[in-house]
Amino acid sequence: MSEKVYFYPAWLRIWHGFNALGIITLIITGLSMQSSVEASQVIGFNLIVSLHNIAGIVVILSYLLYFTGNIVTPNGKFYRLKRQGFFKRPVRQAMYYAWGMFHGQKSPYPLSERRKFNPLQKYFYILVMYFSVPVVIVTGLGLLFPEVIIDKIYMFSGVLVTAVLHSAMGFLISIFLIIHLYVASIGKSPLQNFKSIVTGWHHI
Amino acid sequence: MNPYYILDTVALVKGVHKQFDCTDCHSSEYATYPHQANLKLEPLNTCLDCHGGDASFAKYQFERIDEEFKKSVHYKVYGENFTCSKCHSQHTYVATARNSSNVLEIVDYSNKMCLSCHNDMKKYELVAGHENPKLVQIHSWLPNQQLHFQHVRCIECHTEVADSLMVSHNILSKDKALRKCVECHSANSKLKASLYKYQNLQKRGEGTELATVPMGESYIIGSHQIPVLKTISVIIFLLTLTGIVIHSIFRIIKKK
Repeated sequence: MSEKVYFYPAWLRIWHGFNALGIITLIITGLSMQSSVEASQVIGFNLIVSLHNIAGIVVILSYLLYFTGNIVTPNGKFYRLKRQGFFKRPVRQAMYYAWGMFHGQKSPYPLSERRKFNPLQKYFYILVMYFSVPVVIVTGLGLLFPEVIIDKIYMFSGVLVTAVLHSAMGFLISIFLIIHLYVASIGKSPLQNFKSIVTGWHHI
Repeated sequence: MNPYYILDTVALVKGVHKQFDCTDCHSSEYATYPHQANLKLEPLNTCLDCHGGDASFAKYQFERIDEEFKKSVHYKVYGENFTCSKCHSQHTYVATARNSSNVLEIVDYSNKMCLSCHNDMKKYELVAGHENPKLVQIHSWLPNQQLHFQHVRCIECHTEVADSLMVSHNILSKDKALRKCVECHSANSKLKASLYKYQNLQKRGEGTELATVPMGESYIIGSHQIPVLKTISVIIFLLTLTGIVIHSIFRIIKKK
């Protein structure tokens, strides 16, 4: 019988749930606003824009919960970087995913109550949650109130630059989501990690 | 003195007819000042009297404009009384859409022509005989109304776009106005054939990419695309999928 650890407190699961729904809605509606995908012809552009705005606000509110939660609870410590082996540790984890796990090696950084994320996972989470998502939020708020955006950045319209940055970051977040969902299926069983984020209990 | 009867002389010397004396168009009695009141009633030349059938003005297509105008709601409702000068002041007119490289300036100049009546109770009622509709209320369905008003012309939605004409003059009745966002907010944006037409025509001459929406002045959700970024994102997406598929195959083989 494997050991069970209470990894994900309720506030974190609430954040994660709202964030997941919000981000998925944002990706779908965001894509359909793009000219390359003319889904807006079917659902209606106005509705898509409204859905995107609402989902954006949901993600902002849930981000505030996440951000505060990581300050006031001990959960924030899982995001602290270690200087020792700054590059070596994530590379070792990547090597495990690419090679080691198929050759009977044990995970180089097994999860425990003190280590919730492996080093590679931690780097990606920090990049997404403390860089990409804030950039998407700030540019998204700008686009929600386009009057506040400066008129010109060199020869380009300020709104254009903001929008390109917003969609580029949004795209990277979607790529993260795909990888996140796939890697989550590498567990005791493919569905184990998905159950954990719902119940809070993780099997080590 | 009635301010409506005094011309803005600064605007006059900037306008397209700056080289003319007043008496080139008006009767010689205008040489005395103050002018006699009855001179107001003198018959005047219409635009086509000078501009029609003249090869040197052919590029402006005055006859075509007249044809299109005759289909418009302005002509249908008010007939010959609705002259060109109701919108294009013969004293001060500047061909902004044709000559300006700044889209915002084109938009501002064009919209002021409409607003000079549609936002002026007295002038509107004088022609229409009823109260002017409240523009801000009527357009309240439009998100970011102010930005729309600054970045696109009224005629973008209120005319039928004719590709052969620089500026469409067939102004439609209110019920035929465009209300579908995707007409402009899509890859095949209507604005490419209307507001951005002149810039696109210039580019056509230079042999660069056709029918684009320039990136300097504005951003239109749905019609702006940066092809390089699109290619890069497709590549990243496919690489991610390939990686996942290969990894899953190994996981299945190795039963991990």
